[in-house]
Amino acid sequence: MGAFIVRRLLNYVVLVFVATSLAYLGAATAFHPKDMYLQKNPPTPAVVMYHELNERNDNPDKPVLERYAHWVDGVAHGDFGQTWQLDSVSKHFSISVWVTVRLVTVAAVISAVAGILIGSFQAVRQYKFSDHAITFGSYIIFAMPVFVLAPLLKLVAVQVNKAVGGNTPLLQYQGEIDPDATGFWGQLFSRADHLLLPTISLSLGLIAFYSRYQRGQMLDVLGSDFLRTARAKGLSKSRAILKHGVRTAVIPVMTLVTYSTILTFAGAIITERVFGWNGLGSWFTDATNHSDVNSVAVITLFSAVLVLIAGMLSDVITALLDPRVRL
Amino acid sequence: MSQNLLLTDAAGRPKNPAPTGTPLLSVRDLHVTFSSEAGDVRAVRGVSYDLHPGEVLGIVGESGSGKSVSAMAILGLLPDNARITGSIKLEGRELLGLGDKRMSKIRGKDIAMVFQDPLSALTPVFTVGDQIVEALTVHQKLSRDAARKRALELLDVVGIPDPERRFKNFPHEFSGGMRQRVMIAMAIANDPKVILCDEPTTALDVTIQAQILEALKNAQELTGAAILMITHDLGVVAGFADKVSVMYAGRPVEQGAVDEIYYRPRMPYTIGLLGSIPRLDVSGEHGRRPLTPIEGNPPSMVDLPDACPFADRCPIVTDICRDAEPELLPAGPDSHPSACHRRADLESGTIPIDQVYPVPEIPETHLDAVPREQRSPVLEVKGLQKHFPLMRGAVFKRRVGTVKAVDGIDFEIREGETLGLVGESGCGKTTTLLEILELVAPQAGSIAVFGSQAANLSGRERMEMRKDIQIVFQDPMASLDPRMPVGEAIAEPLRTHGWSQDKAYERVAELLELVGLEPYHASRFPREFSGGQRQRICVARALALNPKVVILDEPVSALDVSIQAGVINLLDELRAKLGLSYLFVAHDLSVVRHIADRVAVMYLGRIVEIGDVSSVFELPSHPYTQALLSAIPLPDPRKERERSRILLPGDLPSPANVPSGCRFRDRCFKYASLNAAEQSKCRDEDPVIVARPGKQDHAAACHFADALEVV
Repeated sequence: MGAFIVRRLLNYVVLVFVATSLAYLGAATAFHPKDMYLQKNPPTPAVVMYHELNERNDNPDKPVLERYAHWVDGVAHGDFGQTWQLDSVSKHFSISVWVTVRLVTVAAVISAVAGILIGSFQAVRQYKFSDHAITFGSYIIFAMPVFVLAPLLKLVAVQVNKAVGGNTPLLQYQGEIDPDATGFWGQLFSRADHLLLPTISLSLGLIAFYSRYQRGQMLDVLGSDFLRTARAKGLSKSRAILKHGVRTAVIPVMTLVTYSTILTFAGAIITERVFGWNGLGSWFTDATNHSDVNSVAVITLFSAVLVLIAGMLSDVITALLDPRVRL
Repeated sequence: MSQNLLLTDAAGRPKNPAPTGTPLLSVRDLHVTFSSEAGDVRAVRGVSYDLHPGEVLGIVGESGSGKSVSAMAILGLLPDNARITGSIKLEGRELLGLGDKRMSKIRGKDIAMVFQDPLSALTPVFTVGDQIVEALTVHQKLSRDAARKRALELLDVVGIPDPERRFKNFPHEFSGGMRQRVMIAMAIANDPKVILCDEPTTALDVTIQAQILEALKNAQELTGAAILMITHDLGVVAGFADKVSVMYAGRPVEQGAVDEIYYRPRMPYTIGLLGSIPRLDVSGEHGRRPLTPIEGNPPSMVDLPDACPFADRCPIVTDICRDAEPELLPAGPDSHPSACHRRADLESGTIPIDQVYPVPEIPETHLDAVPREQRSPVLEVKGLQKHFPLMRGAVFKRRVGTVKAVDGIDFEIREGETLGLVGESGCGKTTTLLEILELVAPQAGSIAVFGSQAANLSGRERMEMRKDIQIVFQDPMASLDPRMPVGEAIAEPLRTHGWSQDKAYERVAELLELVGLEPYHASRFPREFSGGQRQRICVARALALNPKVVILDEPVSALDVSIQAGVINLLDELRAKLGLSYLFVAHDLSVVRHIADRVAVMYLGRIVEIGDVSSVFELPSHPYTQALLSAIPLPDPRKERERSRILLPGDLPSPANVPSGCRFRDRCFKYASLNAAEQSKCRDEDPVIVARPGKQDHAAACHFADALEVV
């Protein structure tokens, strides 16, 4: 498996380079950072404007390829250039990425576990009331985009807070942490409180998605001969299903789960916006709004890396779970 | 096989108990009904039997007769929509109505099960060892080491070589026979009182079947367990069971000691079953005994009328049969029970047993009178070879080996002749067929049809040639498009070769009648036909263009026994009527003996023995042919008891790794008995196929070929 991973990684370096270059060239051609300066009121003096554009390597008077070459050279030396606010892109990235990580980790884990368990449960109780109810709920969630779901959660929180009353609102829905929170437990509680609603907003869709797949896979496995063998050995129904059933049914679902989980780390644009988290998603929308080529390029780079990690991880996980697969 | 296994409480059990005293397992008036949209499906309708310690009860019946359902009812593993009534008592304790928790304590401990398909019956993601350990630890408090040790012993007992290493393997690394041994190891892990076997050898090759039956016998001797053997194969039961229950339409129609059932059947269905199986050991005047097929199909299990369910297929049906369902009663004072209104007539001899079914004539053709040498060859295969490269690597492929699927075979088929090509799965039968059907130059060797070389054909000639050589596949379900009316399916070859719609339509009607169906069936879809009828449709399609050679790839092995006979008789009749030549590929040697004029035995890409049917079957000269024939169970309990089997060790080797010299030597029983000089000849020299001394049409590829009677 070691040789396989090394070979894959080499392939990936090339793919990441191509993907990021295309993103850079696309953004550099489509964005008009100079117009952003010209639209300002009062207008920026031309000297300052050209100085800043040169600093950002975004001067439209230079040919795109020349800017691209400059950018590649910088990247090769670990310099990803500057944002529209003339911050270091690297620094901004290292802050934003952790915000996103703190936001999505819990949601990713919860969705994977809950999705698989709920799907299996539905399959075991196929066509019973609980199966129908969960299926119905899943379709409602599928039909509801995140930009509807997230504000809706916020509205519910406001109502709950009103009903509960008190000085500080019970459910928090803005930012990561209350700046007034003190002590380890106080801060932990505050973080958890702030995380609750965005986690629900991120998880529901994923849970609905995973559970549909797991349910289908599980139905195949429930009729299988080896599950009957496990029962004939004397395993109780629930133990046979958990040990032999879920374990086998989860293999194909894991590919999907791995991809979706890893890709949530590329940033949750809408959830971050609605709940005021300054992660990669927020940054990406800001950068696009301000014609910031360097920031868009680095976020694309990161996403490309994630896609490839997800691909490799899902292969490795499948190989670990399924002895019939050899890498 | 070692016998060092000390079973914890086996000592207390009698070795050969007389079938008296309280029964171990007692089933009374068992009914199982499934609710379905079409109505209630009464899958089992009143099954009763007793099983005593150490006894083997064979349950025989065709698919859908309720035999598996009744076994699953004993284990309590039927789906939730099954309604079960009656009584199932294990050592006097009622099992019906026990909850899942209580039943789980009995399953695997007191009652164990071996299932039909070993390929899917083991969980693919756990090692074989872990699965056996699990079977142990579910019921016994064992330390990890003790459980492991015991699992290794069990693997050894069921005949798995090198258990230490195999313990850590996954099911997909085992062959079918090995997996079935693992299933048996799990079944006997807790020293059960009853082992239920549901078609335990149906999915396996004959030589492997013989090994597995031997392993089961050993397991039974060790544990003293009673065995319930469910099968459709009357041969397996004859040698294995003490008593037999024949099931039809959810009910036992005849029950008794094995000899009684085979030599004094008292129910037309049993008589029909026994008459419809082709046999290795019986030959008639023309070298063949005609088969008596049972016409028609089993009834639907929904809304069965109060009549004998066999009445529509029974040749001795009378009015009373349609008015009331017969009960299972003895035909006479010292006779076994059977469910037939005419059992008294059968018992008294008013209706002789061998005249219950009309004996069909074996059709003859004018060609039969012409000596073989004077008939022209229709298909000649010389030195045919097909090797597949074994590649590894994703981007840069490199060749790491060669699969020698077909490795130089010769045979010819003459006008009006049937050649049977037999061998275990993986020996290269199908590859040979595909190479012939391709009608192009093979990798090496030559294929000639009616004297013209396939290699020299132009595209147009090849297309013309295809009219003369047609195929019928094994699975009639899979080889007919479910969305195409059968008329269109039959007309397709005609349309492809430029027939007009009207002409093709007329021909379809003619063909349907030829294969025993009705012209109005043309507009129906495949699902409206039974398996046997579907295979008739496939035969009609193959005959559409008036071919001279028909290749039959296991044409009857997917069919139930009673249906099988009808299709075999049809093929025989068509051969005579239309002057066809058949290349009949099969793994069932009894069928080949019945239908073929000549037979070729294949092993690992080579023909090891070839000749006319009577020489090869009566005096087989290659050790492989001898083992193959000896492995086939005969539907004759007395003969079965007297026979000693040649058991081949191990599985068919991989065609990617063919042994040096004689490719059969590492499984050969004869090789083991040779002296060192002789053995080195087998190791170093690849034997060529040479004619047997004094025989015109019989050749074998063995350095030490010697005739041996094994049937």
